[in-house]
Order: sequence, then structure tokens, then C-alpha cells
Amino acid sequence: MKKFKEEYVFAYLMIAPTIIGLIILNIWPMIQTLYLSLNTTGDFGNNTWVGLDNYKHMLTDPSVIHATINTFKYTIVSVPVGIFLSLIVAVLLNANIKGKTIYRTIYFLPMVSAPAAVAMIWRILYNGDYGIFNFLLSKIGIHGVKWLTNPTTAIFCIIVVGIWSTLGYNMVILLAGLQEIPTTLYEAAEIDGAGPIRQFFNITLPLISPTMFFVVVTTMIGSLQVFDLIFMMIDRTNSALESTQSLVYLFYKHSFVMNDKGYGSAIIMLLLIIILVITVIQLKLQKKWVHYQ
Amino acid sequence: MSVESRSGKRVIHIVLIIGAISMLTPFIWMLLTSLKTLTEATRIPPVLFPKSLKWSNYTEVTRLLPFGTFYLNTLLMIIGRVICAVIFSSMAAYAFARLEFPGKNFFFMIILIQMMVPSQIFIIPQYLLVLKLGWLNTVKALIFPGVVSAFGTFLLRQFFIGIPVELEEAAILDGCNKWQIYTKIMMPLAKSGLVALGIFTSLFAYKDLMWPLIVNMSTNKMPLAAGLASLQGQYMTHYEQIMAGSMIAIWPMLIIFIIFQKQFIQGIASTGSKS
Repeated sequence: MKKFKEEYVFAYLMIAPTIIGLIILNIWPMIQTLYLSLNTTGDFGNNTWVGLDNYKHMLTDPSVIHATINTFKYTIVSVPVGIFLSLIVAVLLNANIKGKTIYRTIYFLPMVSAPAAVAMIWRILYNGDYGIFNFLLSKIGIHGVKWLTNPTTAIFCIIVVGIWSTLGYNMVILLAGLQEIPTTLYEAAEIDGAGPIRQFFNITLPLISPTMFFVVVTTMIGSLQVFDLIFMMIDRTNSALESTQSLVYLFYKHSFVMNDKGYGSAIIMLLLIIILVITVIQLKLQKKWVHYQ
Repeated sequence: MSVESRSGKRVIHIVLIIGAISMLTPFIWMLLTSLKTLTEATRIPPVLFPKSLKWSNYTEVTRLLPFGTFYLNTLLMIIGRVICAVIFSSMAAYAFARLEFPGKNFFFMIILIQMMVPSQIFIIPQYLLVLKLGWLNTVKALIFPGVVSAFGTFLLRQFFIGIPVELEEAAILDGCNKWQIYTKIMMPLAKSGLVALGIFTSLFAYKDLMWPLIVNMSTNKMPLAAGLASLQGQYMTHYEQIMAGSMIAIWPMLIIFIIFQKQFIQGIASTGSKS
């Protein structure tokens, strides 16, 4: 019995730094954010209890509604397209070809670059006057638009950069999943006369589905939190700001630029609810398409 | 897939090369623009190669912003976070993987909750805490939210679970206590996991933008990501200097990645298959 007690003490000592740290840095802050969201922050940082007013205000605040739509738009386009492209690259890299390492390195480069640098080079490429895209379009007789200040195109430009930045990351995870599939399965399918397309749908896709599920969930959560690219590519005076700013961008703006931490907290609580609901839906849906061996 | 025919392989290469070109073009354009004059950088039709390489863009941008200081701040931020994450996370991970104690599931829930919730939810109170401690505009503030890592604990727990229990039992027979098992057996065996965690922590710290923007407004306490972001706006018209600054900010991580790419790739791949 004494030995057990000693083990308990040892275990608590081992987890103590992490657990105490998490309580101070994460758990207590979560509760504080919830509390702040029920307050309004005055000019001198003083909080006044307002109950659910922030939440009520959010429901009719056009910028919150737009930011929610923008966040969804970003996620709904970038997640499937991004994962589809990552899967294609991963499948191709899983074939028996030369130069795999070089390809893998190249596709991964954006992942190890500072988002600020990535955003700035793309801004220059997208520039309406001097950008390379409009120059190339003009060569084939199309008069390009000002991509990043046009409210319809701006968000899609950001989506392209988002996909370009994360493609390599998902590709690496999917490739690892593909490599776990035993080659004997393909050999057997070949003997049965199944072509590459049928092999892909009957072997690759079901067996990669657990990895795919992980990639879908993490990419989706990441996309719903999009901030860096919007912050760096869309200036505060940009006419496309309203049609590109995400919920996290709006959270940042209200909390740290306009200094209404109460309203900022309410916005981030909204995102928390959205993420929780989507994750629960995904956990329910996974039974329909994820095949665990 | 077993597309073994020669023509099949050629198609694969063509598709991969087209993809690779679209991945690389922005970087090449960044490099070329960083060596142009302002007129070359903004000429229509665009100039592909500068007439002469204008290296002075690099010296000019380092005069605008203290990149040496940015490097140092980033390095200190990374070192601080990596050391804390590796030590604290591995300790907790060992306990969660191998020890039995009351409340284990409850404490593990705390780890999971932290990982599932969007990290911005912690930022306002963390900022207020840093403010109260008087740590605004210090390197301490940059390290602060990363001193403990739920993700690291989760990741290392997976690695520790994968280590055969027999090794521990043998060590107990040799008279090792639990602490010795952790330091002498588990830590060396989980080396690849520790390296993966170190890489993740560094990459995340290097790319983090919002937190440094909030806590360190003074230029000489900024890490690279935030420092570079301050070029936006006022200098945005000087393409060649912005691109020189971007080059300065990205090359260290690119080099580190190219040298340690095997560890990078394995580390990232392990999160996908083990979760």
C-alpha cells in the first residue's frame, strides 16, 4: 500500500508543472474570457456587467455576420480543395518514381516560411498595376482586376495562398498514411485485373480514411481560425476588408485595436461554439466514411 | 498505386513538376525582386532579371529594421519554449503513459480541452496577466504562453506508450526507481518524439504572429514574424526592400528545414498516424 502512495506522489509531481501551467495559462483564461464576454470594457479598461448584451449585439452586427460568412467561405473552399490537391500529390509521390525527396522538399517550403513573408510576396504577385498575374492575363487579352481590393475576388485570392501554404503539410501526413498500406493489397488487385482508378477507390481511399479524417478535422479547425494572411494581405483601409475579415480578425480588432475586450471575447466565444458544433458533427459523420481496420 | 509503365511515370513527373513550379515561383520572384531597383520592381511589362544585382536593398532594409535583434528575439523565444516544452511535457507524458494515480482521467481531460479549443480564447487573459506582471515588451512575454504544452504532452505520451514495458520491468529488477526509468530509459528511447516536439515548437513559435503583435509593440523586442509585419503599410511601396526583408526573415528556417528535413517530415507524419 505504501508503495502505491509513493507512486501517486511521484506521478503528481511529474504532472504538476504542466497541469498548473495549463490551469494558469489556459483553463482559468477560458473562464475569464467567458466572464469578459458578459461585460463591456470601458475606455479605461474597466468592465461593466452587461449580461448577454454582447451576444445580442453580435446577432445584428453586420460585420460579425459578414465575418462569420467569410470564415465559412474560406473554410468551405480551402478545406476540400486543399485536401484534394494534397491527396493527389501524396498519391503521385507514393508511386515508384525518382526524385521523391526533392519534390517533397519543394512542396513543403511554404510551411516553413513566415506567414508575413508569404503574404507580402503574394501581395506583389496579385498587385493590380505591377503584378505578374495581370501582366500574364493582359498577354491573352484579359484586363485583370485589382485582385486584393475587389470585394468579390479578394477572399479567393487569400484562399489560394492558404491552400498553397498548407498543401505540403497535409501531403506529408497523407503520404505517411499511404505508405502504411501493404503493397500486397495492390498486387492482389492487379492479379484480379483492377486498374489504377479502381485500386484507388477500392483500396487506397478506404484504407487512408482514418488519416484523412485526422487531416480534415485539423485543417478545418485551422481554417476556421484564419488570421495571419488576412491581417497581412488586406490593409485596414482596403475596400475589400468587410468581405474578407474573419472572426479571428474581428476578435483581434475589437480586443486589441478598439480595446473592447468584452465584445472581442464574445466574438471568440462564437467561434468556439462554431468549432465545437462542427467537430461534434464530424465525429458523428465519421462512422459513415471512416474505415478503421 | 502501381502505375509502373514508363508513360505513366512521365505523366506523374509532369504533374509534379507543374505543381513544384507553382510552389517555387513565389520564392523565386521574391529573390529576384529583392535584387531589383525600385523602377525595375514596378515596371510594366515586368522585368524578370534585374540588370545588375542590387545587394544594397539588403543593407537598406537592415537599416530600416534591426533584423539582428529580430533574429536574437526569435532564437530566445524558440529556445525558451523548446526547453520548457521538452522538459515539462515529457515529465507529464511519462506519468500519463505509465503511472496509475487517482484523477488521471480528469487531468488528461485538461490536456484534451486545451487542444480542442481555439487558442485565441486564451489570449486576452494571457495578455492581461503579462500586463499585470509588467512583462510587456520583454522576451519573457514571447515565451510565456509556450512554457507548458498540452500538444507536447499528448504527442510524447503516444511515444512513451509505444515503448515496450519489458524494458522498464528489466530496469526495476536492476534496482532503478521511477525517476531513473524516466531519465535513463524513457527519455533516450523517445528521442525521435522529443526531436519532433522540438521542431513543432520551433516552427510554431517562429510563425506565431498575433501574440508578438499584442505583447511586444516596441521594435527591439519583436521576433522576426512581427518585425517583418511592421514593414507592411508605410514601406509597402518599396517592393524591393520588402522582398529583401522577407528573404532575410525566411532563409534561416529554410536552411534548418533542408538540413533536418528527415526529422521534420517524420515528426509531422507521426502526428497523423498516431492520433
